[in-house]
Amino acid sequence: MHKNSAIKSFFIEIGELIYFAGRFFKEVFSRPFEFKELLRQCYNIGNRSILLIGVTGFIIGLVLTLQTRPTLQEFGAESWMPSMVSISIIREIGPVIIALTFAGRIASGIGAELGSMRVTEQIDAMEVSGTNPFKFLVITRILAATIMLPILVIFGDAIALYGSYIIENAKGDVSFVLYFNKVFKTLEFSDLIPATIKTFFFGFAIGLVGCFKGYNCKKGTVGVGKAANSAVVYASMLLFILDFIAVFITDIFFEI
Amino acid sequence: MNQTQNILDDTKKQNAKKLMLEIVDLRKSFGDNHVLNGFNLELFEGENLVIMGKSGSGKSVMIKCLVGLMQADSGSIKVMGKDITKLNRVELDNIRTEIGFLFQGNALYDSMTVRENLEFPLRRHKKKLENINDTTLLVIEALESVGLAHAINLMPSELSGGMKKRIALARALILKPKIILYDEPTSGLDPITSKEIIELMRRVQKQYKTSSLIITHDVDCARVVSERMILLVDGTNYAEGTFNELALSNDEQVKVFFK
Repeated sequence: MHKNSAIKSFFIEIGELIYFAGRFFKEVFSRPFEFKELLRQCYNIGNRSILLIGVTGFIIGLVLTLQTRPTLQEFGAESWMPSMVSISIIREIGPVIIALTFAGRIASGIGAELGSMRVTEQIDAMEVSGTNPFKFLVITRILAATIMLPILVIFGDAIALYGSYIIENAKGDVSFVLYFNKVFKTLEFSDLIPATIKTFFFGFAIGLVGCFKGYNCKKGTVGVGKAANSAVVYASMLLFILDFIAVFITDIFFEI
Repeated sequence: MNQTQNILDDTKKQNAKKLMLEIVDLRKSFGDNHVLNGFNLELFEGENLVIMGKSGSGKSVMIKCLVGLMQADSGSIKVMGKDITKLNRVELDNIRTEIGFLFQGNALYDSMTVRENLEFPLRRHKKKLENINDTTLLVIEALESVGLAHAINLMPSELSGGMKKRIALARALILKPKIILYDEPTSGLDPITSKEIIELMRRVQKQYKTSSLIITHDVDCARVVSERMILLVDGTNYAEGTFNELALSNDEQVKVFFK
């Protein structure tokens, strides 16, 4: 009985999330547009994540190179290192790990912020003052996450490649120009474009789940904690599902 | 004779106060919990109407239905003659500019300064206030009316409980509404600050010539501000009258409120 009600409430929540997304698409193209707030949210989201994403990217590059190097060395294939690292970072590791880091930072932040606004009646106050809080709070945050994540992923990927270059330079005496020449020779648009497109969907999913959890927060301060927590869990799960779909589609069109 | 009667009727009509709010047979349930069971209310122009009721009697649900934050199951809610249950989003937003709402917990936007809090309702509805282009003047005017012009650049976290209440009132007044809804205006305040807020409510009503609907548990507040009172019991009008009429009532349920 308990199991049934848990399954039922899970599907109800999925339905509500779809309805919430539908409301987003319905209201995003209608006036009034909150450009100023959108820019503010882009700045906030970017500013809040850039250091974390930079550090994450740098460590991804370092670790990947350090751990792969001995194996490649065994086959005398160290010269393949820039190609291998760049493809794995640009195609998969960069977007997914950076998006997961972004989800941890932004989905929980949005969930907690909107959740506390809900329980302290700030969202009701906006509604009563004749401003549509969905447009002001939700649409701007979802759009900002959708716009900022691809930019942050490109930035994180670049830092990751730089981290990889540092190891290559230290261990193999490879110059900056040589390393990045190899990287750009290897990479094709078919690596970059699908990977960038999927980050828009990742950003949208993170913003959507964070806003959904926060906007519908109930049960006081306990609810705020739950909203922040479950926003990260749901967003991470959704990322993996979207990644699978993206890889599947890319495979059809680009034959990875 | 007929002419005299007509003149009398006209005079009566002119003297009759305009109906600002009218709730008829309002019902709202949450599952089996029937919170509002045919509640009725009339608020006239310039009037201060107090609604008292125990916790869970449906006061907050009623006030949320009144501003469209909650959908009633049945009944009509007319704000200045317009049934808000039948309005679309834009019309509802426009009618909301005629209503100022002072929330129980103040509901100040804590990521914004006092100035930004007060400017927020003006973003979309500045055109309602004719001949006013400078929002700063409006903000200062509203802050001066609550005696807190010096707090314009502070954050809500830097304000005391009483100051927050005053700023929330200033925000409710910024669009110069015709009706103000007060949800427990003195709750959580010490007796001295409560008196200051009550005095402020009276002053604001005279200055802005608003009609006020006040939900409160505070008998002192009701005594000072009310012109008429409704006692809400089990989601319906249990008793109505002036403060003195109700305070002198022999009904046991009514007496409980005035102990």
